[in-house]
Amino acid sequence: MNANEVSARAGNAEQIKLTKHRKKLTKDKLKYYATCYAFSMPYFIIFCIFTVCPVVISIFFSFTDFNMMEVPSFIGLDNYIRLFLEDDVFVLAIKNTFILAAVTGPISYLMALLIAWVINDLKPWLRAVVTVVFYAPSLSGNVLLIWTVLFSSDQNGWVNGWLMEMGILDEPIRWLTDKKYMLPIVIVVILWSSLGTGFLAFIAGLQGIDKTYYEAGAIDGVKNRWQELWFITLPSMRPQLMFGAVMSISSAFGIGSIVSGLVGFPSTDYATHTIVNHLEDYGGIRYEMGYASAIAAILFAAMLFTNYVVQKLLNKVGE
Amino acid sequence: MKPKKAKKKQLNRSKLGNAGVYFILTLLGAFMILPLIYTISSSLKPLDELWVFPPRFFVRNPTLRNFKDLFRVLSGSVVPFSRYLFNTVLISVIGTFGHVMLASMCAFALAKHKFPGSQIIFKIIVITLLFNAAVTAIPNFMVMTWMNMLDTYWALIIPAFGSTLGLYLMKQFMEQMVHDTVLEAARIDGASEWKNFWHIAMPMVKPAWLTLIIFSFRDLWNMGGTVFIHSEELKTFNYAMGQILAGGIGRAGVGGAAAVVMMIVPVSVFIFTQSNIVETMGASGMKE
Repeated sequence: MNANEVSARAGNAEQIKLTKHRKKLTKDKLKYYATCYAFSMPYFIIFCIFTVCPVVISIFFSFTDFNMMEVPSFIGLDNYIRLFLEDDVFVLAIKNTFILAAVTGPISYLMALLIAWVINDLKPWLRAVVTVVFYAPSLSGNVLLIWTVLFSSDQNGWVNGWLMEMGILDEPIRWLTDKKYMLPIVIVVILWSSLGTGFLAFIAGLQGIDKTYYEAGAIDGVKNRWQELWFITLPSMRPQLMFGAVMSISSAFGIGSIVSGLVGFPSTDYATHTIVNHLEDYGGIRYEMGYASAIAAILFAAMLFTNYVVQKLLNKVGE
Repeated sequence: MKPKKAKKKQLNRSKLGNAGVYFILTLLGAFMILPLIYTISSSLKPLDELWVFPPRFFVRNPTLRNFKDLFRVLSGSVVPFSRYLFNTVLISVIGTFGHVMLASMCAFALAKHKFPGSQIIFKIIVITLLFNAAVTAIPNFMVMTWMNMLDTYWALIIPAFGSTLGLYLMKQFMEQMVHDTVLEAARIDGASEWKNFWHIAMPMVKPAWLTLIIFSFRDLWNMGGTVFIHSEELKTFNYAMGQILAGGIGRAGVGGAAAVVMMIVPVSVFIFTQSNIVETMGASGMKE
């Protein structure tokens, strides 16, 4: 045996040892990954079935004619063409949804932010009480139907009774079936019940801001509360602002059951018909699933697009 | 020292500005709370006060009659009142328990471990925060038809397990609150990942799972579920109450009583857990 051979053999042994070590490493790693998947998959699979699947299949079925009974047949873009060119109610629903979303989304977002900001100066116990006052309507779910009693069409409705007593009205107004008043009332009720998860996130975000920033800002020339809000407070809570925006968009485009609860389904002349109402009409009542899927796909696309724009805008806060 | 500190707290706040801001806050607060107070007040009104003109805001001779009537109306319905309540309690308890367990386990894996796909999983979850149950209900109807889940309790329970918001909040909170060094130390002591999760991580994120419980319970308690449930005996308490509320003016007193019953549970639960929820929401922020 010469020296070369010995070293080669030793090298070989080393090689074998190393591969063994690697094998053990990959085995450990695989075991580790298996544990990770064991933890995450039960949730993720259910999540996929009931949240991802609906989005994906509605895109697929939007190109078909499908009624749940027969095999779906591929019809290309027909559903979309029918939606935009032949379905006047859908065009109206788009208009109403965008009005509702464009009005209630930003207003409730700003309202939540400003209220959270103002009550941040209060003593903790008072802040807790005020938080309950503002959050209670969105906690109460179906209780928003109490507004149908307030806006009831006869003189026993609270608003009618009050306005007639003051001499402003001679006879009761049919608030919830008259096209003139339906949309504004729906907006008021949505705003009433809209301070939800985003509002809580803002309160928490404000509490988390380091107080020394404000002192430093005062030294650097921040003069009043509005400058402080724009230059210090808002940039420090940008992550919460983003989260709140997602929550706002999610609920603004999901408006539907509030409307049908207040003004009935379908509403007078479809004056407050929303995309979600239209979706329920074709999916839940007529079982035209292909058509309903096209409606859902458009709704999803509109939400993703709005989210993209809003997140871009929020990046400009405090600049 | 003390007065100086008090002055510091009022940095950048003028007295006039304060007055204006609190005035607006009071107005908005009145807008929020008055309908709820009116609801409570009319639930206590005797019959003659409900129909008085002009309508009165506050009750003069409070009575519990409406609550007794509500009970009578409900026990007289085709499906007894206790069945609606049982349904809601059942789906709320199982749905909430399953959601908190599964979402916490997944959040633990996503927040504290790196494995192939973990980033993508979280990205998908963040995007789908946009799509709430209202917009996915109809496509979900197809999914449930194929899985033969329609018209069973599972149609309401299983989707609640996979609720997106809970997982998101839990993952964000764990990332901030559970430190890797603690988990590493336990691993060296021979703790399994399950032990790490159950005995170390979970006790550290108590505010987060309380929040998940509240949110999940609130959603399930307020669940109508009429898209997925057609049998009367499987319908929820919220549905039954909604029917009474929708009865409108004719049942104003009973409707008020129903509304009070519906809101009292989630509101009082929130009052007792508020500080935990606010702590959890502190971690809710999104990175760009």
